[in-house]
Amino acid sequence: MTDVATGPVIQAHDVHKSFGNLEVLKGIDLTVERGEVVCLLGASGSGKSTFLRCVNHLETVDRGFILVDGRLIGSDLVRGRLHEARPSVVTERRSRIGMVFQQFNLFGHMTVLENVILAPMRVKKEPREVAVERAVRLLRRVGLGNKQDSYPAHLSGGQQQRVAIARALAMEPTLMLFDEPTSALDPELVGEVLDVMRDLAASGMTMMVVTHEMGFARQVAGTAVFMSEGRVVEQGPPEKVIGAPDHERTRAFLGKVL
Amino acid sequence: MSTDTRFHHDRVDLADLVAIADHEPVRRRAAGQAVGGAVILVLAGFVVAILVTNPGFDWPTVGRYLFDVSVLRGIAVTLELTIAAMSVGIVCGVVLAVLRQSGGPIPRSAATLYIWFFRGTPVLVQVLFWGFAASLFPRIGLGIPGGEFLVSWDTNEVIPIFAAAVLGLGFNEAAYVAEIVRGGLLSVPAGQSEAADALGLGRLATLRFVVLPQAMRAIIPPIGNQFISMLKMTSVVLVIGVGDLLESVTQIYSRNYRQIPLLIVASIWYLVMTTLLTLVQARLEKRFGRSLSRVGGTR
Repeated sequence: MTDVATGPVIQAHDVHKSFGNLEVLKGIDLTVERGEVVCLLGASGSGKSTFLRCVNHLETVDRGFILVDGRLIGSDLVRGRLHEARPSVVTERRSRIGMVFQQFNLFGHMTVLENVILAPMRVKKEPREVAVERAVRLLRRVGLGNKQDSYPAHLSGGQQQRVAIARALAMEPTLMLFDEPTSALDPELVGEVLDVMRDLAASGMTMMVVTHEMGFARQVAGTAVFMSEGRVVEQGPPEKVIGAPDHERTRAFLGKVL
Repeated sequence: MSTDTRFHHDRVDLADLVAIADHEPVRRRAAGQAVGGAVILVLAGFVVAILVTNPGFDWPTVGRYLFDVSVLRGIAVTLELTIAAMSVGIVCGVVLAVLRQSGGPIPRSAATLYIWFFRGTPVLVQVLFWGFAASLFPRIGLGIPGGEFLVSWDTNEVIPIFAAAVLGLGFNEAAYVAEIVRGGLLSVPAGQSEAADALGLGRLATLRFVVLPQAMRAIIPPIGNQFISMLKMTSVVLVIGVGDLLESVTQIYSRNYRQIPLLIVASIWYLVMTTLLTLVQARLEKRFGRSLSRVGGTR
């Protein structure tokens, strides 16, 4: 890392987002501290995935701002007004944020190793040997050191998701976003992915996780955030939010999933 | 349902079955197959008989001209034309497809208009247009529209007849390639470019390293078809006199009046060339389908 950043990793203020007439986010305020693991909980349609995608600007924010490491991603402050940033600039800023998708989204025409070295070589212009060395190390770390020459189609869902995590880590991100990383997996494969995420959290990575895995949230999250209808209903330590929620809507949701 | 007749044949004892010597059933022979096969063989025999006995086919003449120098030169021109026109078509087609897919409203409309025009007029008309471009614009050059040229050249020099044929066929082809490429791009799931975005890859890098290689799987079979139809379509350029394979044989038969054997010569060569193209296509398909084949997961 070139700069030792301090202060919160994510600062979101009054984030609004609509798809057509449907207002999905109705003013989200949220802070994620360095090294913290935050789990976003809530029913589908509550806006949690949309908010996560706004953080790395896969979705544009209609109103409000999100700072990552104290910097804007999709816009710039010029003479007292926000201006949309150029796509190439957004792309570059985004490369410090890792993202893991529900459907893995591995590049199907590339081997596991090629998946992991693509961005370091093409975005950071690293020499191949450097990228390969790191990729091999990361693949070992997620328990797939022997799979580097396989194609994604020949891996199980759990293995694919672990490759996706290694691929995101290869860009040496300061923040990792997980969008329901285990929802597309067969039940017996969920554990191996959560184990990798647990290790990552223990290593001090800042993480924001949209998940339905209450056990993981309780065990790993520093903060649990419950969202409903585009708003943060309550947030706090998971034992509080999941174990003894204040809000009626949180209780209703937990009653259904636990 | 007491009237159900579905199981009303004889009951068989399992022990009796186990006791018979052969446990494999005697395979049924499809009755129609033998008859159909016989009919086809007889018809094929007729065809061969006609080909041999009708003197109009004039096989000695076919043999004499099969490797004639002007025929071979025509083949070379046909191949050059095909490759050049397809190159123009593929390059322009990819650009059109990308414009149509992701450009702003004006580039998108321009691409749509292009496809509308070039797909909507016959390729023969387009080739003739390029052939007669000189009568429309005797000189081309740089200058103010409506005013005098600052620099200019003779159109027939800038666009020789071969180039006219390449442009005519290539610009027409681009319209078809654009639609094929667009279909290929759409066949790649949106999650792929999203993942590339999230990794920090720019638009061009995403297209080049992530989307296009995967679109190839959907693009290659129809492009292979286009290549084969282009090879045959080049024969329309005989109207502007480029000297392709068909023109070579028509020139020979305009002298010796042996149309049928010379058209057979041309057909044989077109078949040879399309067969080769088909083999190349099969190889390419195999190569780009590699990562998805079920066996041989590693290379």
